[in-house]
Amino acid sequence: MVTALLTLPLVAGLAAFIISDDVRRRRLLLWTAAGHSVLTAALFLQRPGAGCGTSAAAYGEWFGLDELGLIFLGVTSALFFGAAIYAVCYLELEKRDPGEEADEGFIFNNAPEAVFTGCLLLFLAAMTAVTASRNLGILWAAIEATTLLSAPLIYFHRHKRSLEATWKYLLICSVGIALALMGNLFLGAAGLKSDLGLNLDALLGGAALLDKPLLKAAFLFLFVGYGTKMGLAPFHTWLPDAHSEAPALVSALLSGALLNCAFLGILRAVQICGGAGLADFSGGILLLFGLLSLATAGLFILGQRDYKRLLAYSSIEHMGIMALGTGLGGGAVYGALLNAVGHSLAKAGLFFTSGLILAAYKTKRITEVKGLLGRAPKTAALWLAGLFLITGTPPSGIFLGKFLILKEAIVSGRYLVAAVYLVFLGIIFSGLARIFINMTFGNRENQATDEKVFAEPRGMVWPICIFFACVLGLGLYVPVWLDALLNGAQFLIRGVP
Amino acid sequence: MNTFAELTIVFIILLNLALAVSGSLSVCIRLAAVQGVAAGLLPLLAAGGVRGRAMAFAGFIILLKGVVFPWLMFRAREKTGARRDVDPLIGYPASIMLCLGAFAASSWLGSRLPLPHSSVAYIVPASLATIFTGFLLITTRAKAITQVLGYLVIENGIYIFGLALFVEQPLMVELAILLDVFVAVFVMGIAIFHISREFDHIDTDQMAELTDWHRPEDAKW
Amino acid sequence: METIKPLIQYLAVLCLSPLLLGIINRVKAWFAGRRGSPLLQLYFDLYKLSYKTSVYSRTTTWLFRAGPIIGLGAILCALAALPFAGRPGFLAFDGDFIFLIYLLGLARFFTVLAALDTGSSFEGMGASREIQFAVFAEPAFFLSLAALSKATGRLSLSGMFLALEPASWQAAAPALLLLTAALFIILLAENSRVPVDDPNTHLELTMVHEVMVLDHGGPDLGFILYGAALKLWFFGALIASAVLPRHSGSWLYDGLAFLAMMAVIAAGIGVVESVMARLRMIKVQYLLMAALVFSVLALLFQTGR
Repeated sequence: MVTALLTLPLVAGLAAFIISDDVRRRRLLLWTAAGHSVLTAALFLQRPGAGCGTSAAAYGEWFGLDELGLIFLGVTSALFFGAAIYAVCYLELEKRDPGEEADEGFIFNNAPEAVFTGCLLLFLAAMTAVTASRNLGILWAAIEATTLLSAPLIYFHRHKRSLEATWKYLLICSVGIALALMGNLFLGAAGLKSDLGLNLDALLGGAALLDKPLLKAAFLFLFVGYGTKMGLAPFHTWLPDAHSEAPALVSALLSGALLNCAFLGILRAVQICGGAGLADFSGGILLLFGLLSLATAGLFILGQRDYKRLLAYSSIEHMGIMALGTGLGGGAVYGALLNAVGHSLAKAGLFFTSGLILAAYKTKRITEVKGLLGRAPKTAALWLAGLFLITGTPPSGIFLGKFLILKEAIVSGRYLVAAVYLVFLGIIFSGLARIFINMTFGNRENQATDEKVFAEPRGMVWPICIFFACVLGLGLYVPVWLDALLNGAQFLIRGVP
Repeated sequence: MNTFAELTIVFIILLNLALAVSGSLSVCIRLAAVQGVAAGLLPLLAAGGVRGRAMAFAGFIILLKGVVFPWLMFRAREKTGARRDVDPLIGYPASIMLCLGAFAASSWLGSRLPLPHSSVAYIVPASLATIFTGFLLITTRAKAITQVLGYLVIENGIYIFGLALFVEQPLMVELAILLDVFVAVFVMGIAIFHISREFDHIDTDQMAELTDWHRPEDAKW
Repeated sequence: METIKPLIQYLAVLCLSPLLLGIINRVKAWFAGRRGSPLLQLYFDLYKLSYKTSVYSRTTTWLFRAGPIIGLGAILCALAALPFAGRPGFLAFDGDFIFLIYLLGLARFFTVLAALDTGSSFEGMGASREIQFAVFAEPAFFLSLAALSKATGRLSLSGMFLALEPASWQAAAPALLLLTAALFIILLAENSRVPVDDPNTHLELTMVHEVMVLDHGGPDLGFILYGAALKLWFFGALIASAVLPRHSGSWLYDGLAFLAMMAVIAAGIGVVESVMARLRMIKVQYLLMAALVFSVLALLFQTGR
C-alpha cells in the first residue's frame, strides 16, 4: 500500500513532463491527487485497533506508517487534493492571462506548465516519503528532495522577486538541511557502540543505550536543520519571501504540508530523545524557540504591508505554537498535533483565498486592498472566516489546540510561559484582525464605476469552503478515529499514554 | 598508512585556507574539487584494508566531486559570464584569520566531544573547519556561484565528518544523499543561470527587494 | 677532542657559509644557460672589501657605523647556539631558541636604524618594507620553533634536533612537514631571496634589503655580506637538521651528510629563484602569511595530540 502511495505520484510526476496536452495533464494531476487521497483513506481504514499506541505495521525496513506519519500523511494528501482542484482552475486562469506585476508594472512569463505540474506531483511523492520513512537517512533525503522539488514551484512566475525568493529558499534550506545531516551522523555515532544504525525502530528500541552527549549534539543539529525548513524563528528568513512570491496554491502546500514534514523530522528526534530520557533537554529547546517564533511573528505581523507575507508570518507563529506544545509535553502534545492539522487546513484555505484577492486586485499591498466586500463578496466572506479560524476564535479547531497547550502550561506551573504565550497570541490576533478587517471593509478610492463584481471560479472556492468547514468541525467534534490517532501519536512522542 | 591519511587531512585544511584567500573563481572551483577528491581518498587511506564496496563508493565520490561538480560549476560560470573575482565582502586577511580561528576552535571542540576514538588524528577538527569555511564562503562572498561553492565545501566537510565517526550508513541512504546533493547543485546551477539573465549579474548582495526591514526611502509602502 | 669538536664545527660554519651563495648563483646560472660567477666569488668579494676604506657621509652618526658590526655580532652569537649535524653548539641552553629569535631581531633593528640614519628616502623605504615583512616572518619563525619544541619536548634548539628521530617523523609527520615548509618560506624572506626580494636587482625602487645597505662600503659592506651569508647558513641549518633526523653516531659521517644537505638546500633555493618570478609587493604578505599559517597549524597539531 505504501509502495503504491509512493510510486503513484512519482510515476505521474514523471509522466507530466512528457504529456504535452494541457487538458490531459491537468486531468492527470487531478486524478493522481484523488488516487493518492483514496489510498491514504484506505490506509486510515486499514489501521487495526484504535488508540493502543503501537507503531503500525512496518512495510519493510525503509518505509512504514505509524500514527504520527499517518496524521501528517492524511493532512498532506487532503491538502494536495484541494490544491489540485484549485490548480486546475488556477492554471487555466494563468494560461489566459499571464501575469503582470501590478506593484512594479512589469510583465513576466510563467514557467512551462509541464514543469510546474511535474514538480508538483514529485513534490507530493517526496512529502509522502517523508511521512512514511522509517529510517532517518531516508527521512533526510526526502526532506532535502522536497526543497529541491519545490524550488521550481516557487519560481513559477518568472520575475526578479520570485527568483530572489527561490534562491534564498534553495540556499538557506539546503544549508540548513546539510546541518541536519550532521545531526544524523551524530546520531549514528551515538548509537555506534550498540550498533543501532539510523533505523527509527532500532533507535527507539535501544534509545537508553545511546551516548547522551552525542545524542544532545545530534538533537541540536537536527533541530537547527529541520527547524530551518520548518521556519522556526531565527532561521525563518526564507519563509516570508518564498510564501509571498510563490503562486497561492504552492504557498498553501508549503505552509500546510511542507512545514509539517519538517516538523515531523523534529518530532522524530524528540521521540528518540524522549526514549533516551532527555525529554527535558529537547523540550526546553523546543519551548525556547517556540516562544521566540511567536514573538518574531507577532512583531512582524504588526507592521506588515503585504498580505501574503502576513500569512507567512502567521505560519511562523503556528510553527512556534507547535514547537511550544511539543516542548511543554503532557497534554500539550495532543494540542500541538491538533493545531498542526487545523493550521494546515485553515492556512491552506487562507492562501487559496489570498490567490483570489491577488486575482481581483492584482496587488499584494495591504494598503491597496480596500472594500473587498464590495469587489468580491465571496472572497471577502472566506477571508474573514479564515481570520477567525486561524486566530483560534472559539468554535475553530485551532482554538482547541491552543487551549490545550495553554492548559498544560498552567497545569505544569509554567506561568511565565503561559503569560508570554497569551500576550503574543493577543498581539497577533489584534494585528491580524486590524489588517483583515481593513482589507474587507472600507471604501476604495478611485473606484471605477462600471467595475463588475469579481467572479471567483467555483473550483477555486470549493476547496476553501471544505477546508474551513473541516477546521470548524474539528473545533466542535473530534471524530473518534482522529482522536485515537492523535492519542497514539501523543503516546509515540511522550512515551506515556 | 595513517601518516598518509594525516597528511591528507593537513592538505584538506590547507585547501580550506587557500579557498579563503583565493580571489579567482576558477581557482576556487578547482580547489573545492581537489578537496572533494582528497576527501574521497581519505577512507581508502584510513581504513587500511581496501574492500570492494568502499573502493567502489570512493571511486563514485571522487568521480562526482572531482569531475561532475566542477564541470557543472564551470558550465554555470561560463553561461553566466562570471569570469572575474569572487568579490569578497571582507578582506582576504580577515578571511584567513577567521579560518585559522575556526580551526583552533574546532580543535578545542574536537577534543571535548566524546566521539568514538578515531585512528586518524585531527579528522574531526578538519571536518568542522571545512564546514566553517563553507559557511564563510556563503556569507562573505557576493556571487551566487560562490555560495554554491560554499555549499559544496560544507558537503565535503560533512562527508569527512561522517568518515571521522565511521558511521556506516546503508548504501541506499548514502546514494540518496549523493543524489540529493547532485540535484541540489544542478538546480542551483539552473537558478544561477536565471539570476544572471534576470538581474544581469549574480551578486546576491543586491537581492534585497524582499525584506521586512524597510528603509525610510520606501516608506510609501 | 670532544671539547674541541664544537669549535671545529663553528669554524667550519664560518668558513663554509659564503659557499652557499656561490652554489645558489651557480644553479641559477646553470638554469639560465650561463657560465656564471665562480663558486668562491663571495670569498673574493669579502677579501676585496676588507682592504678598502669605508666612506661615511657627514649626516650619519655612530648608529650607521654600529649597524653592520652589531648585525654581524648578533648572527655570530646565534650561530654559536645552533646545532651542527645533530650535535649541540657550544652556547646551547634551555630556551635558547627564544634568545636566537631576539638576536636576529636585534640585528634587524640595527640594520634598519643604520638605514634610517642615512636620511635617504630610498633607505627609509627599504627599512619600512623590511619591517613590514618581519611582522609576519618573526611570529611565524617563533611559532614554528615552538611547534618543534612541542613535537620533541625539548626547550633548547640543540635538544630539539637531538631528540628528532625518524620515528618522530612517522609520528608527527603533518606538524614537521608544515614547520619545515614554514621554515623554508621564512628562509626565503629573511635572506631576501627571490619570491620576496631580488638580490640582483639594480633598481632602488624595487629593492628591499639591498637598498638598506646602499650607503655602506669597504669593511662595513663586507661585514654585511658576510653576515647575510651566515644568516643563510643559520636558516639552512635549521631545515637541514629538521629533515635529516638520522644520527649514525659518527661525527665525520654525520657532518658530511649535513654539509651535503646544506648544499642541496642551497641548490633548492637556486631552483626556486630560477623558476619563480618575484612576487608583487602586495602579494608578499600572503606568502608570509602562509608561513605563519603553516606554523600555527603545526603548533595546533602538536598541542592537540
